[in-house]
Amino acid sequence: MDNRQSVLQVKNLQTTFFTDSGEIPAVDHIDFHLKAGEVLGIVGESGCGKSVTSLSIMGLVPSPPGKIVGGEILFKDRDLLKMSEAQMRHVRGNDIAMIFQEPMTSLNPLFTIGNQLIEAVLIHEKKWSKKQAREKAIEMLKLVGLPRASDLMKDYPHQLSGGMRQRVMIAMALVCDPTVLIADEPTTALDVTIQAQILKLMKELNTRLNTAVLLITHDLGVVAETCERVIVMYSGQIIEEAPVKTIFENPEHPYTKGLIQSVPDIRYKKDRLYSIAGNVPRPGTIERGCRFAARCEFAFERCLQENPELYETSTAHQTRCFLYDKKGAEALDKALIES
Amino acid sequence: MSELSPKVDGIVEAEVDRSAGPWREAWKGFRKSKVAVVGMVIVFFFIVVALVGPFIAKEGINEQFMADRLLPPSSEYWLGTDDFGRDILSRIIHGARISLWVGFFSVIGSVVVGSVLGIIAGYYGRWVDTIISRIFDIMLAFPSILLAIAIVSVLGPSLRNALIAIAIINVPNFGRLIRSKVLSIKEDEYITAAKGVGMKDARILFSHILPNSMAPVIVQGTLAIATAILEAAALGFLGLGAAAPEPEWGKILADSKNYLQSAPWTMIFPGLAIMLTVLGFNLMGDGLRDAMDPRMKN
Repeated sequence: MDNRQSVLQVKNLQTTFFTDSGEIPAVDHIDFHLKAGEVLGIVGESGCGKSVTSLSIMGLVPSPPGKIVGGEILFKDRDLLKMSEAQMRHVRGNDIAMIFQEPMTSLNPLFTIGNQLIEAVLIHEKKWSKKQAREKAIEMLKLVGLPRASDLMKDYPHQLSGGMRQRVMIAMALVCDPTVLIADEPTTALDVTIQAQILKLMKELNTRLNTAVLLITHDLGVVAETCERVIVMYSGQIIEEAPVKTIFENPEHPYTKGLIQSVPDIRYKKDRLYSIAGNVPRPGTIERGCRFAARCEFAFERCLQENPELYETSTAHQTRCFLYDKKGAEALDKALIES
Repeated sequence: MSELSPKVDGIVEAEVDRSAGPWREAWKGFRKSKVAVVGMVIVFFFIVVALVGPFIAKEGINEQFMADRLLPPSSEYWLGTDDFGRDILSRIIHGARISLWVGFFSVIGSVVVGSVLGIIAGYYGRWVDTIISRIFDIMLAFPSILLAIAIVSVLGPSLRNALIAIAIINVPNFGRLIRSKVLSIKEDEYITAAKGVGMKDARILFSHILPNSMAPVIVQGTLAIATAILEAAALGFLGLGAAAPEPEWGKILADSKNYLQSAPWTMIFPGLAIMLTVLGFNLMGDGLRDAMDPRMKN
């Protein structure tokens, strides 16, 4: 059994967007934890709340309209949500760092790579000289596998390719040796070969530096390659959580099953790829019942009436679906027999 | 590592010249436009005139030769003389200094004040934005020259007050420009990324958002210098700018208006000087816009 300590615990997190057309609970009562040195994946379609989850942890939810309305985010037993802005700034970069989806726009176009890396180092290591910071920056560029590191320092972002820029972003994120790295779709904007390189790099750095990684993606392939544990999100809720092997071999929630079936498999010839009918409902639009019920082929009476909770189906495997509610099923059977 | 670094630095420096920063790119684009270069040459010509002219044209701007009143251009007085027998060329040369001084410093004033207000309005939004933007709206509701006249009337007519008035009336233009730029830049990912590494608001504002919103300001600023020179001339013409003997271009025009028919050179040459300077700045501004505004590229 895994006895690593959890470094990040998200408890009952609720982040709501207050818009003109009503309240949108983008993240709705989410619980999960991340252990030291672990790679945890969060998967889901666009708009399921995975990016908002990561921004909530960083305290960067655009406000207004967004607001964290409830829950706790414990980093090493300190609640990030109760911290002042100054304390939070110290956590960002130092303890928790983040890399973003678009390497093309995540670097300031007006400054050289070196400039930006040195700036990032000096924010947290205030006593360092510029020269020390420079050496650290070059060391980081080498660490992320960039050749000619010291030449690169004088280059502008537009002179680098997307993959190189994402490496620079990773270098910048890791510059202060954070405990947790949040990667929000780090490979989505890159082409497939570069994607594989970046994932390999992240996995390597994870083992080498023992940085816990929270990997947010919509790509199940990415999850399969890098993660140890997976959380599947749907419409602001966690609907399934399991070790990565279990998710692929024995998915339980109909939505997860659908997701896995809709990935093309080179081993089987299919005329048509499976697709889940319909769209993700906007969070907050479904008042009663399971949020997936309308698209679910197994939906029954109860699914339309009540919102299921997460049922533990085996160790470390949880599913938010009535099909796995043993007690409920027994009760139902009993009721049927009696009647 | 440390014993390597001097050598490394040497190599790196050689690379810099080849590597194209955003400013270098803009300069390349600017050079391509012939009209813009012509504008720049005109502007440089007047700057040189303003800087060295007063040393060349020493023979007093205010020396009056009553015998030589209203003489047409000749080998002695290249651009003729005015109604007091003063050399118009000397006066224009000295006037260049005044006009450019007013142009530059009023625009620098408006840019500084406008940038600070615009950046605060754009970044913090909400009620701060509402207050600042409404003030801009109110200022823009007045015709700018009337507002300038009103400000000068309150402060008292002088060249310095004209400069202040021109600076004030241009603040909302720059403020709005920067505000709109900041609104779009603050949504950019590198700003979120900067917050993500734990950067302070002030640092994000001034070392990341401000430099990135400068391109349109430089363009607008160049064009605004032209307008400011015109406005200074207009105020001078109305007697609200420079006081009597000062050779401010607008003032020269105003003083010569009675001789338009009998001695047209008294108006034509200072008028031409104003026109050329303004034209120079406008051409240069257009060229800069083409070079720096990404939407105008391709």
